[in-house]
Amino acid sequence: MNAAMLRLIALRLALGALTLFIVAALVFTATELLPGDVAEALLGQSATPAAVAGLRAALHLDQPSWWRFCLWLGGLLGGDPGVSLVNRLPVVVLIGNRLPNSLKLASITASVTVPLALLLGITTAMWRGSRYDRMVGMAIIGIVSVPEFLIASLAVLVFAVKLRWLPALAFRAGPQDFWAMMRLLAIPVGTLALVGIGQMSRMTRAALVTVLESSYVEMARLKGAGPLRIVLIHALPNALGPIVNAIALSTSFLLGGVIIVETIFNYPGLAKLMVDAVSTRDLPLVQACAMLFCAAYLALVLVADVVAILSNPRLRQR
Amino acid sequence: MRRLSPISMAALAVVVAWALAAVLAPWIAPFPPGRIVTRDSLADLSFRFPLGTDYLGRDMLSRVLFGARYTLGIAALSTSLACLMGVTLGLTAAARGGWFDMAASRILDAMISVPSLLAALVVVSSLGSSIPVLIAVAAVIYTPGAYRLSRAIAVNINAMDFVAVARARGEGTLYLIAAEILPNMILPVLTDFGLRFVFVVLLLTGMSFLGLGIQPPNADWGTLVRENVEGLSFGAPAVITPALAIATLTIAVNALIDSVATGRRDDDIR
Repeated sequence: MNAAMLRLIALRLALGALTLFIVAALVFTATELLPGDVAEALLGQSATPAAVAGLRAALHLDQPSWWRFCLWLGGLLGGDPGVSLVNRLPVVVLIGNRLPNSLKLASITASVTVPLALLLGITTAMWRGSRYDRMVGMAIIGIVSVPEFLIASLAVLVFAVKLRWLPALAFRAGPQDFWAMMRLLAIPVGTLALVGIGQMSRMTRAALVTVLESSYVEMARLKGAGPLRIVLIHALPNALGPIVNAIALSTSFLLGGVIIVETIFNYPGLAKLMVDAVSTRDLPLVQACAMLFCAAYLALVLVADVVAILSNPRLRQR
Repeated sequence: MRRLSPISMAALAVVVAWALAAVLAPWIAPFPPGRIVTRDSLADLSFRFPLGTDYLGRDMLSRVLFGARYTLGIAALSTSLACLMGVTLGLTAAARGGWFDMAASRILDAMISVPSLLAALVVVSSLGSSIPVLIAVAAVIYTPGAYRLSRAIAVNINAMDFVAVARARGEGTLYLIAAEILPNMILPVLTDFGLRFVFVVLLLTGMSFLGLGIQPPNADWGTLVRENVEGLSFGAPAVITPALAIATLTIAVNALIDSVATGRRDDDIR
């Protein structure tokens, strides 16, 4: 670690904070687009003017919108994103109940997806242009251009309905042992992994191919280094940054998959919570979930950026 | 004109067929899409109902044909809007540079970091779901991508000699954009249009599948999957066919883009 690296990392942190601020402003503005008044919409037509005025004051609707944005942002930063409009529970409690489930799904999916995606990405880059590369490429185009709900439905149809190997629903209340849980989560995780592997391996391949076509790799090849040595010793250290970035960026596509998959399988995670909040137009809950997802995604991208800086051999000297 | 490979010919045929289906739906659909034509709901494929029937006993072929109007129509419109806005902004940023470029790049970059389905959910939670809202949301979500691409290409072209000559001649920004830069970036922008079209189709059908997109009695292909999802437990064609319709369209468009893009790469080598 040296001064140049520290400065780059500090710059990235500042940039990440700025992006998160703009995202917060965008999310807030998007939920403010509704013409008319949330208080009136909530209380319905039969509400007395006094009740509307009371709710307006409680929701700070009598304040200018920039001030409400500051209040909301302050609340988020202080860990109090408000109260659900639908069931009056604190948003923190609602999210806290669902967070462990989502983290469980995310960690299992990641542990399946990342190694497989790396393996596919590296091997297709090593043998690019071969029949194997083209077959994998076509399969991936097929997978990423198909909606997640088609993959999930087909998986349910084949594995749960026709073969009866796996249960069709992902959640059952009550304690269960590890294997029962794995069987329940197999189809949801499989669907997500398929989508994730498609994106990640394609981006990994692209990152590695760029390096493999550089002149120093050609030099290594001319020197007589074998393909495995070229990829592992020469190319990978320089491609590590772009690959980690590719993995972080793919989580953006995975999130769409998570929203669909949690809904199909009725999995009690954050994404399902958010979809339900959108149906009931529970704005504070929608805002908080959206910010949580965006912050998690930006944090991942930031970590990837820092890893890229730390792993860059050109910055390590001095 | 380059000869198309068999795969891209097939892909082109699929895209054209769906476009024709969308335009001609009222004339070629065997039944009105909303009419209950049999009491046999979620029925299998048959001679009378080639794609089976839905959960209310409506003809699936007719519903898929009419669904094409929503899926293709809305996606084409939003993608056009997104590309129009993105390319306009990108070209302006590249040609003008300075603070406009800085501000536009920063804000649109932040927009890219909001996953698309998430952004659509946030807007729909406040505005509710209607066709104009969906078109506008999809257009805004995919503008930053089009902006980024067109700005990057335009910056490269902007640095070329013929643009410098035109600028030295005293031409204005509008002339530079329309006559010098834009004609040289038609192919990548078209490829990008196709890619974005696929994303918009997936976004819209995803929203409809969640019940937050096109609302009944109107139905795009995502709504059709959602309506009939109970038939999944016994493999009713009413669930599978609309999903397959989406898949054929998106895979075909992707295959087309791929062939165009590979063609370009080959041209670069020569």
